Amino acid sequence: MKPLFNLHAVGVQFGKFRALTACTLRVEAGERLALVGSNGSGKSTLLRTLHGLVRPQSGGFWHDAQARQAMLFQRPYMLRASVLNNVALGLWLNGLPWKQARDQALQALGRVGLADLAGRNAKALSGGQQQRVALARAWALRPQVLLLDEPTASLDPTAKREVERLMAEFADGGMTLIFSSHNLGQVKRLASRVIYLEHGRLVADLPTPDFFNGPLPAAAEHFLKGELA
Amino acid sequence: MNTFSSSASTAFSLITSLDPTLAGIVLRSLAVSACACAIACSSGLLLGAWLGVSRFRGRGAVLAVLNTALALPSVVVGLVVYLLLSRTGPLGFLGWLFSFKAMVLAQAVLVLPVVTALVRQTIEDADRSHGEQFQSLGARRFMRSLILLWDERYALLTVLIAAFGRAISEVGAVMVVGGNIDGFTRVMTTSIALETSKGDLPLALALGILLLGVVLLLNMLIALVRRWREQLDDRLPDVAPVPASVLAAQSAQGVQGAQP
Repeated sequence: MKPLFNLHAVGVQFGKFRALTACTLRVEAGERLALVGSNGSGKSTLLRTLHGLVRPQSGGFWHDAQARQAMLFQRPYMLRASVLNNVALGLWLNGLPWKQARDQALQALGRVGLADLAGRNAKALSGGQQQRVALARAWALRPQVLLLDEPTASLDPTAKREVERLMAEFADGGMTLIFSSHNLGQVKRLASRVIYLEHGRLVADLPTPDFFNGPLPAAAEHFLKGELA
Repeated sequence: MNTFSSSASTAFSLITSLDPTLAGIVLRSLAVSACACAIACSSGLLLGAWLGVSRFRGRGAVLAVLNTALALPSVVVGLVVYLLLSRTGPLGFLGWLFSFKAMVLAQAVLVLPVVTALVRQTIEDADRSHGEQFQSLGARRFMRSLILLWDERYALLTVLIAAFGRAISEVGAVMVVGGNIDGFTRVMTTSIALETSKGDLPLALALGILLLGVVLLLNMLIALVRRWREQLDDRLPDVAPVPASVLAAQSAQGVQGAQP
């Protein structure tokens, strides 16, 4: 089966700082892949590399160019415009006429339960609502792969649940999810496979049950104990 | 102190008497600076936004030149524009020297680096902060610069004020290329310089007070427009109309079928 991503010994460096070192990874369609690790371990860099925002300096990187991608950031940026226009922008940038983009944006807002806020100023929404608008903006692009960088960090429990519910629904619909998270409960609930990163290196790559129950490399074991403690 | 108080009263009487000569000078000053700002902003906004998001070899040198141009002495600009527009200069055929157009050109040249540099910094900061998110949505570099330019529109109003302030308060360039011709190219700053040289300090100071008043009035006007627009943008209607077809589509979708 053709993978969505195939990375072989990929390295990414920012100046003298090695953000990723020799990362080898293969992602198939329909997977729910969680990236875990402490701050600065390379989760965001790996996501940004997969999304094409960062170009690897070494190794082999291949991705299915036919597979549409969208990315959700930890703190989604909302333009000083209405919620509807914020969502429509992504569609317009992808070639849809503005009127059609707005129609589809409204559908996407309905999908995340925010159609009634379409006329509001997006900047005035709560963090949780903004994250859902960002999800609508990503979903509206009809992506086959959705990359999410700590999508529920800094959200209150209710907003967290709501975003998680949407992520699960998107994945149930066949979307490939690749997300980073510090919340191991969330990883357990949403992921089918877990990758543990440390200092830019991919230390463990296991199915979710094996990650939480099976033997792990010492570093990952230590991280897991610390996070669960 | 006497000079200041008599200047203030002179300024007041000049305003209240609606002196046509003075009104002509004030209007000419405003027109020259407004035209110069319009020209400088139309190119400076785009150039600054593009510089804010672009990365190319030699960009550092370009920015160094741009930042140096911020400190361009207005008389030097006046001199360069004078040489360009003089009969033997490359633009001499235009016949603009000692005209309104020459003053506009000189002020536009003076203001362009201010607009470009300030816009560049604003857009670069915005791009560093969240430009990647627009890139993720499919915005290429130039489109990203335009989106950020639009999104930072209120912050950029301050740039317009700074540009206008620089234009209307300069004296060297308009003096050199305009010639301070009474009723033709005389503006507020050149009038102040002339009255000072004639020893009429109260009148010169009164004109200075008037100049400050005009700039203050414009700043207040822009601040008002900015606040009005921000309030308009932040207005939160409780419910936006949702077409019935959309609601029907939503209910048909249910919780499944997330992937279209």
